[in-house]
Amino acid sequence: MSRQVPLVSYLVLDERPHLIARQCRQCRARFFDRRNACASCGSQAGFDDVGLPDEGVLRTFTIVSVAAPGVPVPYAASVVDLAGTSVRANLVNVKPDPASLALGMRVRLSTFSMGTDAAGVEAIGFGFEPVEQAEPAVSPEGGVA
Amino acid sequence: MPETVWILGAHMTKFGKHPDKDLVDLASEAALGALADGGVSIHDIQVLAAGNVTGGPAGVGQQLQKQIGQTGIPVYNVTNACATGATALRTSILAIKAGEADLGLAVGVEKLSGAGLLGVTGTQRGDDEPWHPSGRFGNVAPMDGWVGTETMPGVFAQIGLQYLHDHPYSGAPLELFARISEKNHAHSTLNPLAAYTKRMSLEQIMNDVMVAYPNTRPMCSANCDGAAAAVVISGAALSRLSAQQRRRAVKISASILTSDPWREACQVLPDVSTLTRQAAAAAYEAAGIDPADLDLVELHDCFATAELIHYDNLMLCEPGGAVDLFDSGATWRDGRLPVNVSGGLQSKGHPIGATGIANVWEICQHLRGEGGQRQIDGARVGLAHVIGLGQACGIHILEKAA
Repeated sequence: MSRQVPLVSYLVLDERPHLIARQCRQCRARFFDRRNACASCGSQAGFDDVGLPDEGVLRTFTIVSVAAPGVPVPYAASVVDLAGTSVRANLVNVKPDPASLALGMRVRLSTFSMGTDAAGVEAIGFGFEPVEQAEPAVSPEGGVA
Repeated sequence: MPETVWILGAHMTKFGKHPDKDLVDLASEAALGALADGGVSIHDIQVLAAGNVTGGPAGVGQQLQKQIGQTGIPVYNVTNACATGATALRTSILAIKAGEADLGLAVGVEKLSGAGLLGVTGTQRGDDEPWHPSGRFGNVAPMDGWVGTETMPGVFAQIGLQYLHDHPYSGAPLELFARISEKNHAHSTLNPLAAYTKRMSLEQIMNDVMVAYPNTRPMCSANCDGAAAAVVISGAALSRLSAQQRRRAVKISASILTSDPWREACQVLPDVSTLTRQAAAAAYEAAGIDPADLDLVELHDCFATAELIHYDNLMLCEPGGAVDLFDSGATWRDGRLPVNVSGGLQSKGHPIGATGIANVWEICQHLRGEGGQRQIDGARVGLAHVIGLGQACGIHILEKAA
């Protein structure tokens, strides 16, 4: 069976893939990268992993059309609010077009294969996709909801 | 009572392409211009602060000395992203406030023509290369492009749209930000030192190359070459100079530098607002100036989306009222509070290390009544703001000599 590696260490690949944050034991500030001490309170008490919900709200986005070499364009980059914890991610399974996106729309975590290396290891990436809704979240002019 | 510090002389080079001049040529031109403008020589200068971001490892301050005068004074080479120029200026001001110098020189310089996207490097991963987690995120591929964007146009696009999310806007974002850019491109037609001096129509701006929605190319700061310099002086030393020098001197009523305090989302999208608001509040208090007292503002419009939010951050409007302020026409050069009459970073250009002194030079021109065809009549108080991602915010409030 193929082995998998997550795009980032804060993506957990289990039955239901999800993101985790490292939470300061003192002030509960949350981080995704390794920290030497807490940037919020300065505590050196350490961090605990906490799971994040897989559904949230699109706080802002952009459609990147000009990028560094090797980065496929256009793509939608965003900030998603997961119940009070903000994460940075691409928007996936949606057209990278302002008319398809609306600030405040609900989105959910989605994972995808980034390819398999020569050793048979498959990298798994993540992004957020729009949650189907009865009422469209897109405003008539495709701008801001 | 701390020493009041004044700007005695200032100069900026033409911003644009300078293929025949190297970094030190540009720095020399600005420094010699500022010294001449102040009526002093390099032998009068007791401290030098030099700002440059991308020029290389060697100290630009000492390189500059080797062209205009090696006098043995202390030199500080400073870098603080796009706030580098303001940081150099403030460093020279601090030396005077500390009583270590009566006269100081601050220089900011950059060669950026043709630099393209800053801050991202891209990737050339081969198909079979092993996935190898590395760095503090343990990522197997670049974060930029796979986990959102780290391109400056993309970062500031999100910052601008987030403002429209937090303060709901019913219009079309692209057109709103294009109108802000239209203003600055109109302003620069009166600035012969600007990199771009052609007026652009709203349609041209909206239909130009899309870089990161809603920022099209003319809505992005222009990478270019340029330098700016300022001679600063203590009040005591200024009092011994000629009436002409005292009349043209500009009072530095506030010089503030902040970094970003931790905020919930700052690790995923830079929060350029909190540190700007804190710097602005500190600057207004230090100067005893109310935002309503300002006659002109040069703010850090690295992108059209940034200008909008800084109206709010600099308290030029009611909280949440940035769109209304802009729609009122107040920030055009004939409005109540002209913003970026130089053309701003979008049109005057943004040679990173020079920007934080060039905007101070611009304010000085108006306060001295030497603004030429773009003079804001009767200007007595102005504010210059820069922000460098990472982050640093520099604000200087300047006042006409009494």
